[in-house]
Amino acid sequence: MTFKNALCAISALGMAFGASTASADTLADVKAKGSVQCGVSQGLPGFSNQDDAGNWTGIDVDVCKAVAAAVFGDANAVKFTPLSAKERFTALSSGEVDILSRNTTWTMTRDTQLGLNFAGVNYYDGQGMMVPASLGVTSALELDGASICTNTGTTTELNITDFFRSNNMGFELVAFEKADEVVAAYDSGRCDVYTTDRSGLAAQRLKLADPAAHNVLPEVISKEPLGPVVRQGDDVWFNIVRWTLNAMINAEELGVTSANAAEMANSDNPGIKRLLGTEGNFGEALGLSNDWAMQAITQVGNYGESYEANVGANTPLKLNRAGSVNALWTNGGLIYAAPVR
Amino acid sequence: MASLTASEAEDTGLTSLLYDPKARGLLFQVLLLTAVVSFFAWILDNTITNLAAQGKKSGFGFLGETSGFQILTTLGTFVMEARAGVATYLDVFWIGVINTLIISFIGIIAATLMGFLMGIFRLSSNVVLRGFATFYVEILRNIPLLLQIFFWYFVVLRALPDKRSSGMSMGFLGEFPMNVTGLYTSYPIFLEGFSSVVWAFLVACVLAWVVSWLAKKRQEATGRQFPSFWVGLLIIVAIPLFVFYQLGGPLEMESARFLNVGDPILDANGEPTGRTASKIKAGYVPGEGGVIKPEFIALWLALSLYTASFIAEIVRAGILAVPGGQTEAAKALGISPSVTLRKVVIPQAMRVIIPPLTSQFLNLTKNSSLAIAIAYPDLVSIFAGTALNQVGQEIEMIFMMMMVYLIISLGTAAFMNWFNARMMLVER
Repeated sequence: MTFKNALCAISALGMAFGASTASADTLADVKAKGSVQCGVSQGLPGFSNQDDAGNWTGIDVDVCKAVAAAVFGDANAVKFTPLSAKERFTALSSGEVDILSRNTTWTMTRDTQLGLNFAGVNYYDGQGMMVPASLGVTSALELDGASICTNTGTTTELNITDFFRSNNMGFELVAFEKADEVVAAYDSGRCDVYTTDRSGLAAQRLKLADPAAHNVLPEVISKEPLGPVVRQGDDVWFNIVRWTLNAMINAEELGVTSANAAEMANSDNPGIKRLLGTEGNFGEALGLSNDWAMQAITQVGNYGESYEANVGANTPLKLNRAGSVNALWTNGGLIYAAPVR
Repeated sequence: MASLTASEAEDTGLTSLLYDPKARGLLFQVLLLTAVVSFFAWILDNTITNLAAQGKKSGFGFLGETSGFQILTTLGTFVMEARAGVATYLDVFWIGVINTLIISFIGIIAATLMGFLMGIFRLSSNVVLRGFATFYVEILRNIPLLLQIFFWYFVVLRALPDKRSSGMSMGFLGEFPMNVTGLYTSYPIFLEGFSSVVWAFLVACVLAWVVSWLAKKRQEATGRQFPSFWVGLLIIVAIPLFVFYQLGGPLEMESARFLNVGDPILDANGEPTGRTASKIKAGYVPGEGGVIKPEFIALWLALSLYTASFIAEIVRAGILAVPGGQTEAAKALGISPSVTLRKVVIPQAMRVIIPPLTSQFLNLTKNSSLAIAIAYPDLVSIFAGTALNQVGQEIEMIFMMMMVYLIISLGTAAFMNWFNARMMLVER
C-alpha cells in the first residue's frame, strides 16, 4: 500500500467510526435489541453510580430505567455504558448509546451544533467552587492567582475561564480526564480550588481525606440545567424520553407514587387517569402501550421519590430540596412539566 | 510462436483471454479495486447522510473560531502566546502539537541515554551495576505505563512542598526552587547583540567539524592521533563565550519571584500597589521567570523511564550480537576496554540496535497521548478532549489528530532510516 492509499484508507476509516450505526428509528432498534442502552457517568454518587453489587443507582439512572419501563414494561431492560465527559457526545451520536443521561448541561451549542436534543431537565445545577477551609477564603472574588482543578470536556472549563476573565483575575487551570484524578490532585494540594457543578462537589467531597476541612464557596457562577439527551432527528424517540421525564414530574405533582399508582389509576381526577392510561390513548400516540407512565411510576417512582432516594437530605449528598430550585414549581422551585392532555 | 498448432491459433476470443494469466490478473485487480472503492464510497455516503440527518456541521470553519477556555501554561501556550478568550481553535491545535512534540523529543533523548546506560550496565562485570540494571528493566517494563504515569504524578505531588513554600531544602546544597505548582527557574531575556553569540556558536561548530575532519585525514595518512573531541569542545565553548563577554553580556536573567504572606503586591511596572499578599496570593508570581509544571515532569519521567527499559534490552541484544572474537581481537591488539567498547563494539552493535530503537521512539511519541490522565495539555487532551467537546466535529478533528501523529511518526521513522543507512557497515 502506498503512502497515498494509506492516507485515503485511514481517513475513510475515521469517517466510518464517526457514524457507524446511528439510525433514525431508535425505538425500533431498541425494541429489536430488547433493552435501552444508557450512557451514564463513570461514577458520580447520587446521579449515576455503581454500588458494590454492580447495580447502577442515581437520578440519572432512574430516567433510563423509567424509559425502559415505559417501552418494555420492565425497568431492568437497561444496559449502562459508563462514559467520560469527553466521550459522551461521540458515543451518543455514533449510536453506541440510545440515551445520554449523564449530568449533562443543556447549552445552545450542544443543542444546535452537536446534533443533540435535550429532552428536559431533571436537575437544576450551577457551577460552584470548593476550597480548603485553611485558606481562609470566603468569596470566589478573593481567588485571584489561584490554581484550579477540574475535568476536561465539560462546560466547567468555559465557565471558570469566563468568571475569572470578567472579574479580571488570573488563574491556572489544571484539567484532568477523570473526576478521581481531579479529587486526588486537589487533595494533594496541587490546586487551591476544585470547581465543578455544585451537586458534583457535594458528591466528590465525600472522596476527600477530610471532607469537613473544605468549604463550598457561596458563588454559583453558571446555570447548569442537567438532563437526558438524545440524537437529533428522531422525534419519536425524543418524545418518549421527554414525556417519560414529564410523567415522573407530573406524577409527583398529582400525588402519584410508586406505592399508590395502581389504586390512583381509578381515581376521579381525569389528569391522573390520563397520566396512568385509564383515560385516552396517550401511550399509543407515543408509539407505546397506554400503561407506559404507569409502568415507569410503579417500577421507578415519581420525580420526588427518585430525588429523595438518591440525592436528598437523607443521602450522603444531603442536597436539601425544600427551598431549592429543584423543588416542585408548586413549592416555589423550577421543576415543572407540561400537562398530559 | 511458430510451434502453435492450427487449432490453438484459431482459439482466440474470450476463452483464451480467461486462460491468459496476465489478462486474468488484470480482471481480478479491476474487480477488487471496484469493490474497495465502492465500499469506501458507501461508507462516505453513509456518513454524509447520517451527519446531515443529525443536523451537524462539517468542514474546517471552526478552526477560526475563538475557543474560550484556558490551557495550563506549557511550552505550547508560551510559543503561541495563547490567552483565554483570544486563542482560536487553530491555536489550540498548535498548542497541542507543540506540547506533544516537546514531550516526545525530550522523552526520546532521556529514554535513549538511560536505555544505553542500563543496557551497558546489564552486561557489566560489576555485580551491583548488573543487578541494578536487571532490577530496573524487569520492574519498569512489566508495569503498565498508565500506572507509572499516575505513580510519578502523585509521588511528585505528594513529595513536593505546598504552594506557599518557595522550595524544598536540599541540605548543604541549599534550597531547590520547586513546589507543588512546578519547578521555578530563571528565564533568559536576550538583549540586542545576542544574535552575534548565536552566530559565533554556529561558526565554532563548523570550525570544530573542520578540525575533526583534518584530524581524521591525518590519522588515515600518518596514523598519528589528535584529541579532536576535546579540541572541538574547547572551540565550541570558548569562541561564543569570548564573543559574549566582548559584547558585554547581552543577556539578562529574569528570576522567579516568591511572595510570602504579607509581602507587598507589585503592579505590572514593579510599583507597590499598597496591598499585601493574602494566603491565596502567596507563592510564586505567575508570569515571572520560567516554570516547568509537575504534569510535564511526571509525564516525562514516566515515559522516558518506561521506554528506557525496552531500549536497555535492545542495546543489550545489539552488543551481544557482536561476535566475541571482535573484543578478543581488540584486546590482542592492546586496545583498552573503554576504547574497545566505543570504537569496536558499539559501532557494530548499532546496526542491530537502530531498527528496533525506531519502534521504541514511535511508541514513546504515541504513548504521550496518555497525558490526558494527568492534565498535561497534549494534542489528545486539549484538541480531542476539550475542543472536541465544544465544537463536536469528531470526524474533522480526529482526522487532523491522526494526521499529526502520522506525520510525527513518519518523520521520526524517516530520520532513523537515514541514520541507519549511515551506520550500516561500509564494505570495502
